[in-house]
Amino acid sequence: MSRSFVMRNPSVLIFLLCLALFTLGVTIASEGFGLGLISTSFVKTLGKTLCLCLVAVAMDLIWGYCGILSLGHFAFFGLGGYMIGMWLMYERTRLIVTESMANQAIPPTPQEVVDAIGTQIFGVVGSSDFPLIWSFAHSLTLQLILVVAVPGLLALVFGWLAFRSRVAGVYLSILTQAMTLALALYLFQNDSGLRGNNGLSGLQNLPGVSASQDIVSVWFLWASAGALALGYLLAAFVVSGKFGSVIKGIRDNEARVRFLGYSVEGYKLVMFTLTACIAGVAGALYYPQAGIINPAEIAPIASIYLAAWVAIGGRGRLYGAVIGAAVVSLVSSFFTGGQAPDIPLGFYTIAWVDWWTVLLGLSFVLVTLFAPKGIGGLFDLLAHRMRPDRHGADYGPGQGSKREVEGP
Amino acid sequence: MIRCLTAFALAALLCLTIAPALQAQENGPLQAALQENAAQIAKPSRRTIGPVIDALADSGLDGMQQVLEIWEARNLWQRKEDGLFFEGKKGPDRTIILTDLDSGAELAPVPSDAVKNLKPNSGVRGLIASALVRFQLLDPNIARRSDALEAIGRNPDPSQLTPLRASIDDEPDPALKAQKRRLERLLTIAYGDDDAERVAAIEEMSGDLGVDVRATLNPLLATTLRVAPEGKVAPNTNIAYTVKPGSEDISIAEAYDMLAKAKELPPRAAPGDILAALNDNIVDGSVAGIPVGDLNNDATRNRAYAALIESGTVRPAVTEAQISEALDGAVFYAQYAENSPVVTDAAQKALSRIETKVGFNTSLDLGLDALSLASIYFLAAIGLAITFGVMGVINMAHGEFIMMGAYTGYVVQQVIPNHTISILVAIPLAFAVTFGAGVAMERLVIRWLYNRPLETLLATFGISIALQQLAKNIFGTQARPLTAPGWLDGAWAMNDVVSISYIRIAIFVLALIFLAFFLFLMKRTRLGLETRAVTQNPRMAASMGINPGRVNMLTFGLGSGIAGIAGVAIGLYAKVTSEMGSDYIVQSFMTVVVGGVGNIWGTLLGATMIGTLQKGIEWLNPSNTLAAQTYMIVFIIIFIQFRPRGIIALKGRAAGD
Amino acid sequence: MSLFKKSAASVLALGLTAGAAAAQDVSCPIKVGVLHSLSGTMAISETTLKETMEMLVAAQNEKGGLLGCDLEAVVVDPASDWPLFAEKARELLTVHEVDVIFGNWTSVSRKSVLPVIEELNGLLFYPVQYEGEESSKNVFYTGAAPNQQAIPATDYYLEELGVEKFALLGTDYVYPRTTNNILESYLKGKGIAAEDIFVNYTPFGHSDWSKIVSDVVALGADGKKVGVISTINGDANIGFYKELAAQGISAEDIPVVAFSVGEEELAGLDTSNLVGHLAAWNYFMSADTEANAEFIGKWHEFIGSTDRVTNDPMEAHYIGFNMWVNAATEAGSTDVDPVREAMWGQEFPNLTGGTAVMGVNHHLSKPVLIGEIRADGQFDIISETDPVPGDAWTDFLPESAVLKSDWKDLECGMYNTETSTCVQIESNY
Repeated sequence: MSRSFVMRNPSVLIFLLCLALFTLGVTIASEGFGLGLISTSFVKTLGKTLCLCLVAVAMDLIWGYCGILSLGHFAFFGLGGYMIGMWLMYERTRLIVTESMANQAIPPTPQEVVDAIGTQIFGVVGSSDFPLIWSFAHSLTLQLILVVAVPGLLALVFGWLAFRSRVAGVYLSILTQAMTLALALYLFQNDSGLRGNNGLSGLQNLPGVSASQDIVSVWFLWASAGALALGYLLAAFVVSGKFGSVIKGIRDNEARVRFLGYSVEGYKLVMFTLTACIAGVAGALYYPQAGIINPAEIAPIASIYLAAWVAIGGRGRLYGAVIGAAVVSLVSSFFTGGQAPDIPLGFYTIAWVDWWTVLLGLSFVLVTLFAPKGIGGLFDLLAHRMRPDRHGADYGPGQGSKREVEGP
Repeated sequence: MIRCLTAFALAALLCLTIAPALQAQENGPLQAALQENAAQIAKPSRRTIGPVIDALADSGLDGMQQVLEIWEARNLWQRKEDGLFFEGKKGPDRTIILTDLDSGAELAPVPSDAVKNLKPNSGVRGLIASALVRFQLLDPNIARRSDALEAIGRNPDPSQLTPLRASIDDEPDPALKAQKRRLERLLTIAYGDDDAERVAAIEEMSGDLGVDVRATLNPLLATTLRVAPEGKVAPNTNIAYTVKPGSEDISIAEAYDMLAKAKELPPRAAPGDILAALNDNIVDGSVAGIPVGDLNNDATRNRAYAALIESGTVRPAVTEAQISEALDGAVFYAQYAENSPVVTDAAQKALSRIETKVGFNTSLDLGLDALSLASIYFLAAIGLAITFGVMGVINMAHGEFIMMGAYTGYVVQQVIPNHTISILVAIPLAFAVTFGAGVAMERLVIRWLYNRPLETLLATFGISIALQQLAKNIFGTQARPLTAPGWLDGAWAMNDVVSISYIRIAIFVLALIFLAFFLFLMKRTRLGLETRAVTQNPRMAASMGINPGRVNMLTFGLGSGIAGIAGVAIGLYAKVTSEMGSDYIVQSFMTVVVGGVGNIWGTLLGATMIGTLQKGIEWLNPSNTLAAQTYMIVFIIIFIQFRPRGIIALKGRAAGD
Repeated sequence: MSLFKKSAASVLALGLTAGAAAAQDVSCPIKVGVLHSLSGTMAISETTLKETMEMLVAAQNEKGGLLGCDLEAVVVDPASDWPLFAEKARELLTVHEVDVIFGNWTSVSRKSVLPVIEELNGLLFYPVQYEGEESSKNVFYTGAAPNQQAIPATDYYLEELGVEKFALLGTDYVYPRTTNNILESYLKGKGIAAEDIFVNYTPFGHSDWSKIVSDVVALGADGKKVGVISTINGDANIGFYKELAAQGISAEDIPVVAFSVGEEELAGLDTSNLVGHLAAWNYFMSADTEANAEFIGKWHEFIGSTDRVTNDPMEAHYIGFNMWVNAATEAGSTDVDPVREAMWGQEFPNLTGGTAVMGVNHHLSKPVLIGEIRADGQFDIISETDPVPGDAWTDFLPESAVLKSDWKDLECGMYNTETSTCVQIESNY
């Protein structure tokens, strides 16, 4: 089974190989384990980029394969981050509190410990009581389950409501965007119990781990690479079989698939929920590396960027999504990091910090207009894979159906 | 001689040092009076300056009114070398031109660091204004008289009643006369001599919605909670109502605390008592025989505490039984601040009548606010109703067209300083600029993507972030001022409760104009007809001789142009920043979707619904505006589940797919 | 020994031999990290601070640099993205190996940077008024703590304006939340009843203020004088003040004191209708002193425009940077620990007169000024207190009142005076 699966998808093997080489290479060049060629902050950037690649794979699954342009997947990503962040904050604070309370003459009751943790965590936002949503924060296992369960459940409920009433196309995009906005606004409120605008911070300090960030960063790089590999395999598996054919059918002509007797809503719902779970896992790995999560991360624009990465990388192929996310986010951080030299024109100096966003925006336009296949399309050119020329006509009737120019 | 007189007048406040007294001999009477309290006048505090101002005002000196006015207007300066006071104004080259207060003679300019400008804060200025009232009530200058009335309104005082009454009959200006009457009534309510007079005044004002009327009546009805430990309330106490401990007015614990204070009963146990008692009684690592290490739960702690009580080390806390026993005989009651029951009854009655009216007017005001918010949403969304609603193009850069319009307004104001003319120029110019941008965008980008709506979304998003950053590069990140012309300043106030600013009315009117324009365009013009034809079936339209490319271009330009005008309006009432567009984009899309795509009445209904809803939720939860926005969006999401095609859904062929 | 160091430093300052530099463990050039957002929502405020730092560094280089080395400003752009602040801080400390960082504006960005700075033992100067409740070993807070801005302003309301009813309006984030929490507790302690305190939070960039302003006006119905304490942040202020002006609310009737509105924010507004409303800061551009006139002159010269205003966080950077220069000169090194120790008790003249002193809790002692808005967008300074030492942990919240910070003797930023224990040495973000 696995052999035939790999045989049918040679790109999966190549991708995994590249990923493994990359991870090994970074480890050897890192400060924590090897030569010290790559700074810890860059290792973290790479680790985070891998997580972004994972969420991009999820986005590609839902958009590139299932045809649902969700502008809400960063909400699931953020929720995953919040779930793991709650445990990290709780546990780290618990350690600090127990240590300082150990000096008291009379040992504290469990309730006093919890109260003291509450004061420490919420003192910053002018409160001291634990909200209900922190009920499981004391247990790593439970929070890890929530990393998958909370985004999954939200996606399930939202998707069920939306698909049931046949909201589709751009309406669904706008609706998912509204969902993200509502969630971000909700989290911005202090009453939501997740420290409002301040969010959860100090997440890079793992409780009970005394290893330096040089080492922890490499651990997370490995974890992120592992998650990406698994996620990629899962995605490749999902889209390769009969299930994959059905969802591609839904993308190309939803009505026809429905008339063939498939439960379109069911398939969509499964995909929506599955990708939300993947996004949640990606977020849970991303934010401990970023160190802080706050509601601004979930703002609608983040999800639009995610769609743009996938579009630039080339949707409808998994490695395209990975390439898009990696290239755009790394190049962005290169240009906004101030490392790129300014270009003096005599009368005006082009500072990349100012002009990079303009360039990025224009490149979205150019890619959509002239290279709908994105960067991934280059591989087709390399492979000289020519297809019968249909003069750009649609594969199917309906406006939503796939056209030749989009590639397989 | 003069010195003696002054000293007599200011006897209560005499400054006893010799130096100022000596100086006073050389100085004029005004200067002398000021010098008596030089230190206080130079650094006044509202808490302590009152007697000084009163003494100055009572001094009876000619020109004291002017001196106080100069001081109030912050034109009083003190010379650093000798501490004398002068009227001063800024001269050229960082100099100050001083004028002697007594003689009115102008002195040679002095450098600005040789003198100090006295800047009484607004609390002190309020006191000065109150003190000036007596001079100003009958002043020939109408502005001064009006100042005096304002001062009375801000700091009502019993002493003002008599001069105010005396000034009413001689008031020539009818508006001021009415205002004086009204203030006289209010002062009578608060400080009138006999109850009948006050009750009459209360009844006269009982239909008035003014905040000041309520501000006069409410303090009369303010109550304080008191306790009569033996159950006997002193006679002639104006009791509002009696209170039962354990009711929502006072809990049993609070009641006991109050009683304990009055009767010196033992206090209740405080939350930290047990822990503190245990901490105090650690002997050899254990408390009452229980090792300290075991005290990590409440049960053991209570056991140890009980043991401590038994052994007599700790005094036992008051028990519930003791508390209820103590409370048995006591009477708790709320007492009015006002002693006369006749007055409080009348005030109560008047206030409840006013409150009903206020309640009605508040909802009216809320309705106006909702309408205004709806018109802003509508204005922001109407361009989108054309490009998205009619043409089906998802334009994520719509918000940036709004921003471009606002920046056009800003640039025009930089060139044309007259605000009225600049706005009149800015509106067509904003339309022209965004129309051009819209046409360019349609020609260059959107027309290639008519079959791929999802990709239009991405491409226009790219344009949106590029435009936003461009605006930042050109105009900077600071918010830019876009100032409304003077005639749009201020608010239209029906009464003290219902009011709406003129700028919001203007936006409302603008929204109506656009609605009419849109309807006219779509239903009555050739372009409208062609647009509808092209949207419904481009190929058929083309075969009827319509050029779909041109129609699409014009329609899109039109939608963008309207967004530009909306930008000017929104910039006038809020702010002009590069990010203002993104504040409106999601809401605008939702307005169009909720209303029903392709129908302008739907957009109108959508905007009304969203505006009303948001204000409604805000009213339910006034301390958290963010919550209102959150729940509004959640509501919209749920609403769309049940009406996926919006409030007004197109039916049949027009519905397209 | 210290004499030798001082003289060596002064010799070096004249730019003489490199041989003497061997006595110092300093590698040239000395790098100064600047961590301010140049893009995104906070760029509006932070870009100015970046420019201020560039000006200060250039001025110091003109004076001969520091410890014989030239200073070099390393500017990065965290783009108003809070996680990016942490990433850029790490980059500054490990890749660029800067000796000190000047940066941050919002509290959340500071909280994001804290763990990195503490882990890598960096040094951060934070120039903005903030909510307190923090004292990190590696951060010097040159902006105002609540007791240097909010509490004196509230006292001014109570004492001078006789305000009896308070409307606390704020943007919904940590600074307003914590400040209002402290103020509520403080006001209750002053005998203001809970029902006389109205609290409202609005989102960032809020623009629809009519209902909130009407609500505030309606508070006056029970005859008590109403005052507004505004912790509204950023461009939401524009809509707020426009609505105030439209509803004709004069400062005499309902005064508004703002903690986040300075000269820079008023530049986007027509202030003629706002005359008399208040702001509390440690610095106003209108302060009439020699030092201030010189600073403004230099700023205008550096930025090439006389329209640009100066503001409080700029002064904070000015004081912080000069204190750091002096401390490094005294310590003879730019290493974090010696400089940190030399910072305690460091004195430097304020632009508004008097002297700022750095306390052992890493907060400055500064006078508090209250200004009334003028028609030209500047402030009339109407009240100036004696220098107030910044208090890391407020005295007005029960759980914070027992805490104190003393890095010199107690070596602890969060010391519980009741139990005499150090609650934590590293911050808990």
